[in-house]
Amino acid sequence: MMQRDTWRKLLSSLFVGFCAMSVLVALLPLAFILFFVVKEGIQALDLAFFVHMPTPVGEVGGGMANAIVGTLILTSLGSLMAIPIGIVSGVYMSEYAGTRYAAAVRFAADTLNGVPSIVIGVFVYGFAVLPFKQFSALAGGVALGIMMIPIIARTTEELLLLVPSTMREGALALGATKARAVFTVVLPAALPGIMTGVILALARIAGETAPLLFTSLNNRFFTTRLDQPIASLTVQVFTYAISPYADWHRQAWAGALVLVGLVLTCSLAARLATRRLERLHAGR
Amino acid sequence: MRGRDLGFRLGTGAFALVLIVIVVAIGVELTRQSMLSIQKFGLTFWQTTTWDPVAGDFGALPFIWGTLYSSVLALLLAAPVSLGIAVFISELCPAAFKQPLIFLTELLAAIPSIVYGLWGIFVLVPAVRQLQVLTPDWLRQVPLFSGPPLGVGMLSAGLILAVMVIPFTSSVAREVLRSVPVSQREGAYALGATRFEAIRAALFYARTGIIGAIMLGFGRALGETMAVTMVIGNTPRISTSLYAPQYTMAAVLANEFTEADTELYTHALIEIGLVLFIITLIINVLSRMLIWSMARSAKPRTQPAARPAAAVA
Repeated sequence: MMQRDTWRKLLSSLFVGFCAMSVLVALLPLAFILFFVVKEGIQALDLAFFVHMPTPVGEVGGGMANAIVGTLILTSLGSLMAIPIGIVSGVYMSEYAGTRYAAAVRFAADTLNGVPSIVIGVFVYGFAVLPFKQFSALAGGVALGIMMIPIIARTTEELLLLVPSTMREGALALGATKARAVFTVVLPAALPGIMTGVILALARIAGETAPLLFTSLNNRFFTTRLDQPIASLTVQVFTYAISPYADWHRQAWAGALVLVGLVLTCSLAARLATRRLERLHAGR
Repeated sequence: MRGRDLGFRLGTGAFALVLIVIVVAIGVELTRQSMLSIQKFGLTFWQTTTWDPVAGDFGALPFIWGTLYSSVLALLLAAPVSLGIAVFISELCPAAFKQPLIFLTELLAAIPSIVYGLWGIFVLVPAVRQLQVLTPDWLRQVPLFSGPPLGVGMLSAGLILAVMVIPFTSSVAREVLRSVPVSQREGAYALGATRFEAIRAALFYARTGIIGAIMLGFGRALGETMAVTMVIGNTPRISTSLYAPQYTMAAVLANEFTEADTELYTHALIEIGLVLFIITLIINVLSRMLIWSMARSAKPRTQPAARPAAAVA
């Protein structure tokens, strides 16, 4: 009996040890990746990276100015498409939460969220590139937008459900229509949270490569035209990473550092904002 | 006033329809664009191993194999670790560490795939190559470890995929564990259970949700593109060896799509995309059904969002 108890306690300690180890095992690669990205990226990152154009093959130096502008344009196009559709769909899902149609929309959103990004690239190629025989910034923006919609829709839905129903009821009791109650009372109450969600979605979408490979393609020149192929940070990093040139590798790391910095800043800002919101709610 | 509310409902409903339309349109469009290949090869497309764009001969079995192999490998590595993390955060760790640990693990999901790939090429692959060089000869006789030490290959892909899948699986598993009633654990403790035994009871209670969480991670691994493309070696062949360079469905799309010079070639590639879409769809639906049924039986609340919060909100 004694022996059995010792064994049980030992097993329990082993299990606790395993769980703690798991956390370390997951955080180790994170630390490794961040360490290398910062170490390699810092060496390559300078002002030229942000303001210069790529140099011809074999020539050292240059930057990714065109790709940075390209990423800005592509993510803006994506948000222009996804923010209205996402937020309004989220409103529908929370206002008519119990209905079968809302369940179908929620299901579609979760499904779309799980579709591999490369498949979305192929899909957009089929209807936005092939018919016009032209890779374009617009097609890339649409691909990113499609990826953003379900994220924003689900975030909006979740945050609207957190708004106390007394607020909605108060507005309705004062004679407001449902639309008025939602758009002037409920949505503004949830807006800070929704904005946080949108920023995180933006950060995630700015780091996408696969859906851009055959929609916006790449471009070694500076362009702001929406009907032309356009460069993006991610595709540029990919092209440089698999190239045989050391100087391009150096710049790929710099690009990765910019991407990681963007994601990290957004995540941290969002976390701080969420904590402030939580405290506000708790204080009420 | 009724009428205006109806207008609101129809208006917002129309926006929501976009989501459904997109999902349906993906299926329809991919089928339409792969008709040539579907008609020409039929099911043999998925049974043959020749991938010869020049001769116009397409068989996609190596890509299916590589996709399944790499994802299963990633899952084998990631599932125990993810569950360990979920248990540690929800059951074991001091309250003060909870939020920071959640934030850090979910940061893994926020790092762009391309950055994983870059790190894979320049850090992971050389390390794996070193490991392969150090493999003793007797071990190399085993088919699982045979082949030259290239670095790129299935092992690198599986490792990188595992790291990328961990945040998804562990965050859903954590949500699922949270929905297990406290009374379950208290009951076990009252009967004199050790920590392990009490947590095992909670895990058993949550088993459907846990399986759902693991499947969700599997779905992520199947569709992951950039990081895998950069480390798997991109060779369309079927091998059981962890050291052999292979290919996945997502990777062949990323590499060859813009190079496809004939219509048949393009259609063959899109058919691969179509099947990837269908497989991930099925896996996702199944896993979400498992997670929902678990969440619903535990507490009648809204469905937990099946993705890490850091990546979204």
